[in-house]
Amino acid sequence: MSARYFGAAVARVEDPRLLAGRGRYVDDAVLPGMLHAAFVRASMAHGRIRNIDASDAKGMPGVVAIYTMADFAGIAQGAMPPMAPHPLLPTPITYHPLAVEEVCHVGEAIAIVLADDRATAEDAAAAVLLDIEELPAVADAVLAWKAGAPRVHSKRPSNIAASLKAGFSDCDAVFAKADHVLTERFDIHRGGCHSMECRGVVASVDPHSGVLTLSTSSQSPYMVRRHLATYLGRDESEIRVMTPDVGGGFGPKANVYPEEFAVALAAIKTGRPVKWIEDRQEHFVATTQQRGQVWTLDVAFDNDGRMRAIRGHCIHDNGAYAPYGLILPATALASFPGPYALEALDLTIDVVLTNLVPTSPVRGACRPNAAFLLERLADRIARHLGIDRQQVRRRSFVRADQMPYSTGMKARDGSPISYDSGDYIAALDLVLDKIGAAGFEARRAAAADRGKLLGLGIASCVEDTGLGPFEGASVRVTPAGKVVVSTGASSQGQGHRTAFAQIAADALGVELNDVMVETADTSRFPLGMSTIASRIAVTAGSSVELAAQKVRAKAIAFASHKLEVGEQDLELEGGAVRVKGVPGMNVSLSEIARTLAGNVGISLPGGMEPDLAATAYFNSTALTFAYGANACEVEIDPETGDVRVVRYVVVHDCGKLINPLIVDGQIRGGVVHGIGNALFERMIYDEAGQPLTTTYADYFLPLASEMPPIEIHHVETPSPRNPIGVKGAGEGGTIPAAACVISAVENALGSNAPFIHLHPISPQQVVKWLERTASAAKA
Amino acid sequence: MTGKHLTFTLNGEPRETSADPRTHLADFLRYGLGLTGTHVGCEHGVCGACTVIVDGVPVRSCLMLAVQIDCCTVETVEGLANGDELSPLQQAFSTHHGLQCGFCTPGMLMTLEALLRATPSPTEHDIRMAISGNICRCTGYQGIVEAALAAAAVRTSTP
Repeated sequence: MSARYFGAAVARVEDPRLLAGRGRYVDDAVLPGMLHAAFVRASMAHGRIRNIDASDAKGMPGVVAIYTMADFAGIAQGAMPPMAPHPLLPTPITYHPLAVEEVCHVGEAIAIVLADDRATAEDAAAAVLLDIEELPAVADAVLAWKAGAPRVHSKRPSNIAASLKAGFSDCDAVFAKADHVLTERFDIHRGGCHSMECRGVVASVDPHSGVLTLSTSSQSPYMVRRHLATYLGRDESEIRVMTPDVGGGFGPKANVYPEEFAVALAAIKTGRPVKWIEDRQEHFVATTQQRGQVWTLDVAFDNDGRMRAIRGHCIHDNGAYAPYGLILPATALASFPGPYALEALDLTIDVVLTNLVPTSPVRGACRPNAAFLLERLADRIARHLGIDRQQVRRRSFVRADQMPYSTGMKARDGSPISYDSGDYIAALDLVLDKIGAAGFEARRAAAADRGKLLGLGIASCVEDTGLGPFEGASVRVTPAGKVVVSTGASSQGQGHRTAFAQIAADALGVELNDVMVETADTSRFPLGMSTIASRIAVTAGSSVELAAQKVRAKAIAFASHKLEVGEQDLELEGGAVRVKGVPGMNVSLSEIARTLAGNVGISLPGGMEPDLAATAYFNSTALTFAYGANACEVEIDPETGDVRVVRYVVVHDCGKLINPLIVDGQIRGGVVHGIGNALFERMIYDEAGQPLTTTYADYFLPLASEMPPIEIHHVETPSPRNPIGVKGAGEGGTIPAAACVISAVENALGSNAPFIHLHPISPQQVVKWLERTASAAKA
Repeated sequence: MTGKHLTFTLNGEPRETSADPRTHLADFLRYGLGLTGTHVGCEHGVCGACTVIVDGVPVRSCLMLAVQIDCCTVETVEGLANGDELSPLQQAFSTHHGLQCGFCTPGMLMTLEALLRATPSPTEHDIRMAISGNICRCTGYQGIVEAALAAAAVRTSTP
């Protein structure tokens, strides 16, 4: 077999349809008799529901029904099942589909309005009269963490939902022996996520079979099915969940949401299809956000810059509910020690409830936080010792000759974490070479002549990818000779159909266009988990390879029997099994598939099993570790404090590339997400938990006019931990990006500037720092 | 459909229908006419996903009422391709990976289509400024910029 497609930058098979305006997103569906839903939501961050008066609203023309949780009592009741139960959360902190008794953040859904059209539903939602007794709210995780703070949930004894610990070896002993110890406090902002398509769901019940079908803009359709089945007390076979085209996910759409349940309940209750499409304002208050944390860290290091140990504490802003358990804070801990070969580590995270919309993984989950902390500490050590920043890295990174390297940390299942492959110092060398670090001071001087401050930033990261246990795939050749790949993995724009088709086409010797890929429909493939954690290329990609190889072997066995030729003399090419070197002696996949599809009364040849098809579940038992080194240059206008990223270079190793076009796109999009985190995206709440930035005029997403071109250099170290040698690539762009930009900003501000311990930064802050630096220089 | 009677040209075809005065153009195109290629991303005029071309000018169809298109010429993403043959701009988006999830793509295409008509040989800066009102969360914009430059080259070299 020759790899014709694997590794090639082939254009995506998804594209023509999407470019022609023929995508099918959830809001594009119209079902007969469909009702449109709007939610009545909490307008205060904490309150006790005394009364909901929908009498006027129900009488408005076009309004069909208005339901609260009590109206669904005959179908289901109680809080939603937790997606990721954790022993430290004995009482799950999950939503009800619609709030009962208490609301704990602005935007929490209280009632669902069903009408003939969305406008009517929204008008009626505004006419529902809520009598809610306002309770004290706490919107700041540090305040919520303190004793005596208002309770986020009146019935929970503490705002600290759980305390997580991680580490290894005797930290205090290493600190006692180290040459230096520094302490820093870090403040990483919460931020939103903002896929360009908001969430949405259409639910309907088949009147004959009773099957409940959901089309939902989700990263986790199988989790929606699983938890909805549990909640409704139904068998999973009575629920079908599928994802249509999804307009971006980036993490929040991995959650199972109360609106999905409420819409399903409304469809069951009315017997009519119900559609709900989140609008952007709802997205700001009801879709999970990202990664607010406050850390205090001590770092121990030696005179030569070698980072030896880290210990510290984090206050993690969880928001009001924990639908996804403790996944996000646990990921923060699991991201240590990054590329650094630490001798000891001792970290504690207090997971703190606030009266804000929950946080959950967003592109990188809390890996960008860990990268920010580690890279900031490395820069801080360099400043303290007066040595080059890269020297700290060179003396502290895990070396290539230490691979596979056991970090000392434990995975979720308790197994030791070990980095499989990579050369972090070589990646750093390469990125410094590519950005021209040697010529930087000359560029800095030239910028100074133009009145601008130029800064060089560096940041590295290690990323655990390919999270198990599996995403499966089946590969089937139809009697027409087409190949159908089916998998539970949902796609939100990552080009899964193309990547899987590339793998299958190579294995079976067919053209890319002969492969059709079905994804994320519970009626088409039995099991699935989630498109999260940069895991699909590793898990589903490997399963496609394994299944396709099984099909290949079966086709060869069939042809060997039919042609009476040894298997070693056969190859797959051009849609047929051919005898090597004997033109014309072949049997087509179509013929094999047709024969194995069976004919009444005729035995299958050679005692073969029916169907030219196979299913595989690659068992991803060990994480595979991608890594990267980034460097960037920022230019600061000292008059306005405006920061522009003018160059950005990525060196990235995600193992073998299935499609470089797609991987580069993932990395570039990821970097821009991180630049947004560093410079633009700020989700502001007042003290009472009211969100103040709920439009794109207030909340700044990165724009084309502000973004630099991003230069990418791949290092391909095949992963030894899966059959196709790949590592995940979806989040590696984001993880070090904010750290890299902040490193450059600090470098631009000069050696007297304050240490930057937070992001995002604002032009106002930059001007203040420059003023402080100038006055310090005068003094 | 009840409401105000409208006569307009849609993707080259004369149309006559009516629209409710409260309906904005994006909803009218999507739900009134079934042209779901136009997407709604923010409904407050910032994200640009709903961009269509009205009388030659790119507009936010979420900020325009349907009744305003009376006697106008409207172009949507569905009108860009010639049957199954993608336009040079659409083709370049695929070649240069200018789209991932595809949600912002129709708005990007319409904004750039208008740019390329007005400015046949734009610079990278021109392109980045033109799409500064179209937010993409997937691509980092680079593939879109490269696609627009490539499409401009094809269009100017084709008589």
